[in-house]
Amino acid sequence: MNSYNIIIAGVGGQGVILAGNIIGDAAIALGYDVKKTDTIGMAQRGGSVISHLRVAPKIYSPVIGEGQADIVISFEKMEAARCFSFLKPGGTVILNNREMPPLSVSCGMEQYPSDEEIMIVLEQKTDSIYFVEGSKKSEAIGNIKVLNIFMLGCLSQFMDIEDKVWRESIIRSLPAKIVGINITAFEAGIESVKL
Amino acid sequence: MSVKKLLSGNEAIALGAYHAGLKVAAAYPGTPSTEILENLAQFKDIYAEWSTNEKVAMEVAVGASYAGARTLASMKHVGLNVAADPFMAVAITGINGGLVVISADDPGAMSSQNEQDNRHFAKLAKIPMLEPSDSQEAYDMVIAAFDISEQFDTPVMLRTTTRVSHSKTVMETKDNSRKETEIKSFKYNFRKYIMLPANARARRPLVEERIIKLAGYAETSPFNHISMGSTELGIITCGMAYQYTKEVFPEASVLKLGFSYPMPEQLIRKFASRVKKLVIIEELDPFIEEYVKSLGIEVTGKEFIPIIGELTPDVIEKAGRAMGLLSESLGCKKEYKMPKLPGRFPLLCPGCPHSGLFYTLGNIGQRSTIPGKKQREPRLIISGDIGCYTLGALSPLNAIDTCGCMGASIGNAIGMQKAGASEKLVALIGDSTFLHSGITGLIDAVYNKAKFTLIILDNRTTGMTGHQEHPGTGKTAQGEDTYAVSLEEIVKACGITSLQVVNAWDARALKEALKSSLENDVLSVIISRGACAVAVRRGINPSKIDINKCTDCGLCLAIGCSAIQKDADKIVIDGSLCAGDNCRLCEQICPNKAIYPDKPGITGGRNE
Repeated sequence: MNSYNIIIAGVGGQGVILAGNIIGDAAIALGYDVKKTDTIGMAQRGGSVISHLRVAPKIYSPVIGEGQADIVISFEKMEAARCFSFLKPGGTVILNNREMPPLSVSCGMEQYPSDEEIMIVLEQKTDSIYFVEGSKKSEAIGNIKVLNIFMLGCLSQFMDIEDKVWRESIIRSLPAKIVGINITAFEAGIESVKL
Repeated sequence: MSVKKLLSGNEAIALGAYHAGLKVAAAYPGTPSTEILENLAQFKDIYAEWSTNEKVAMEVAVGASYAGARTLASMKHVGLNVAADPFMAVAITGINGGLVVISADDPGAMSSQNEQDNRHFAKLAKIPMLEPSDSQEAYDMVIAAFDISEQFDTPVMLRTTTRVSHSKTVMETKDNSRKETEIKSFKYNFRKYIMLPANARARRPLVEERIIKLAGYAETSPFNHISMGSTELGIITCGMAYQYTKEVFPEASVLKLGFSYPMPEQLIRKFASRVKKLVIIEELDPFIEEYVKSLGIEVTGKEFIPIIGELTPDVIEKAGRAMGLLSESLGCKKEYKMPKLPGRFPLLCPGCPHSGLFYTLGNIGQRSTIPGKKQREPRLIISGDIGCYTLGALSPLNAIDTCGCMGASIGNAIGMQKAGASEKLVALIGDSTFLHSGITGLIDAVYNKAKFTLIILDNRTTGMTGHQEHPGTGKTAQGEDTYAVSLEEIVKACGITSLQVVNAWDARALKEALKSSLENDVLSVIISRGACAVAVRRGINPSKIDINKCTDCGLCLAIGCSAIQKDADKIVIDGSLCAGDNCRLCEQICPNKAIYPDKPGITGGRNE
C-alpha cells in the first residue's frame, strides 16, 4: 500500500470539500486508513479553502505538516502558491488555470500574481507542475460545477487507484442525474494531464 | 452489518448518541458544534430542536433528563458561557435519564470571538469529562458518557475541538444498533430537584463524594491508557494533541487521557515512574500540567508548547526541538522565497440583504472611528453583534465599531448613551441573534429610557452557521411547519412605538428610514428585511455596466460586492456571481445610471 498526503486548495463554493470526500471514499474502498480535515474559516463567503487529505495504511494526524504534501491540487491558480509551504520537495502540483481575484484585487488595492511569479515560487521545490484548463473545459462540458470532478480526473493519474474504483466512488457520492456529466468531466481531467 | 465510513467527529457524536438510546436533543447553532444537532434532527424517532439559545437548550435537556430520557445539549465553547447557569445547577441536582453536555471548543478562534478552554468548566462544575481524538472515539465516548451519567448521577461533558468535530476519520458503524432505553418516569424528589438553599447545601457533600468516586473510576476507564515505547520519554496528552504526539514522537511512551476529568492520580504516578523524562502536550491551557505538578511530579509542558492557538504537528515538532527531544534535521529546513499573496478574506455574498444597509450606514453619517474620512454629521457609533453581518466591520464597508458576544449590541448602545457619548448611537443585530439574546436588552432599553436606533437585520435564517431554522422562520429543526414568531410583535410588545420595516434591497427606503430614525431623538427600531442571498440562485438576469455611461467613479465598489470587479481600468460585473433580479442594489446606487439589467426584469430593489 502506498501513502499519500494531498492538499486540495480552492475558493469557497468550488467543490473542494466534496472532491476530498470522494477521494476518501475511494481510498476506504481499497482498505486504506483515511483522515481528512479542512481549514475553511468562513469559506462560504468567498474565503480560501484548504483541505488536507491523508491516505495511508495507518494515520494519526489529520493535519499535513509543512513540506509533507506529495500532491497539491489547486482549483484556483493563486491558491496553489498559498499552499506552497505544504508541498514536499519534488512533489506534484496540479493547478487550474483560472484566476478568481479577491476583493482586494478587484478593488485595485493589490495585484494578482502573474503566472511567472507563481511558477518562480513553485519551482523552488518541484518541476512537476501541471497547468490545466479545468474551468474552461468544465464550461465547455456544460457546467462550471463539474470542475471538482475534472480536477479529480487529473489527480487520479498520480494515485495508484484504479479507474473503476474512482468511477464507483463518484457514482456513490453524487445524485444520479448529474453522474453522467461528471463522468465526462472526470475523463476530460484524465486526458488533460496525459503526456 | 458493520461498515467502514468516513465520518466527521460531529457526525459520529450524533450517531453514537442515537445508538445510545437518546430521546431528546437541544442546541443552538455555533461553529464547530452545529452539525451534531443537524445530524440528530434527521432521526425521526427522536426529538431534536434548535433552541432559542444555549441556556434554553441546556434547560430543555435538563428537563428531559429529569423526566427520565437520555438527552444531550450541544453548543460551541461560548455557548456554554450562555448556558452556564443551568449547567452549574444540574451539576448539583444530578440527573435522572443520562445527560451529556457537548462543548465544541475552537482553539485558534477560527470562527469565534474568543478562544477559551472549556475543560475548566468540567472542573468548575465538578463533573466528569471525556475528550475524543477522532471520530471512532467520539462515537464510543458519547455512548459511554450516557452510562457514566446514569451510573454516577451526574451530567457528563464531552469536550471536542474544531479539529475533532470537523475532521473526517474512518470508523466502523453498525446499522440498527440503537439501544432501546426505557424512559424512567419523573419522581418527585424535594431534596434532589428543588435547589432551595437548604437543599443545595445538603447536596454539596454529594458532589464532592461523586467526584472522588469518579476519580477512582478514571483509574480504570478504558479511555485512559498507557502505550509503552521508549522509557527515555513519556508524554501525557489528550484530544487531538494525542494524534499529533503519535505523529511527531512515534518512539515515546504515551499516556492518553480520554477520561480527562477528574484525572487518574495513580495511573499518572505509575506512568511518571516508568519514564525518565515526562512531557505534557495539550492544546490551550495547562489543564493536565497543573494537576500533574500539584502531585509533585516534575514535568515539562507550557514552557515549550504554546498556550495560544491550535496545535499542529509542526508546532509540536518545533517545541520538541526546543526541548532537545528531537535532533535538528540537517539542511532540511531550506529557506524559500514567498511573495505576498493578496488576502482572500470572507465577504458578504453578492446579493446579500445586509450590503445595502452597510453601504447606507457608511454614507449617512460620519463614523467616529474611521480616520481620514471627511467629517459629516451626524457622527455615529455603531455597536455590532455576532453573525454574517459582523463582516460589515471589514473594508470597504467599515460600518461596525464594536462586536463582543451574542446580543451585546443593544446593551452596549444603552451603556454608551448613559455614559454620555455625543455621537448618534446605532445597534445592529441579526434576527436569530435578536431572538437568542437581544430581547432582554431591548426591554432594558425601553425600561431605562435609552435613546438609540436598533436595526434588526432580518435575513430569515441563521446565516453564518449555514442556514438553520430559528423561532422566526416557521420551520422546526426537524422540518415541521410551526408558528413563526413575529419580530414586529415582539418589538412592539417590548414597548417600542417607533418601528419601521424596510425592504433590505431598497436603497432609498433604507436611507430615509435611517435618516428619520437618527433625527428623532427616541428609541426606535428598524427591521431591514430580506432573505439570505445564499438561498437564492445567482446568475439570474445579472446586471451589466454600460461603459459609455460609466465614469469609473468607483461608488459601486464601495458596496463590497464580489461580483463587481475592477478589471484593469474598467469596472465590470461578473454575471456568474451577480444576484440579478434578487438584488439590483448597485443599479440604485450608480449616480450615472450606468448599471442596467441584462434583460428587462425587476429594478429598484427586490420585492419581498
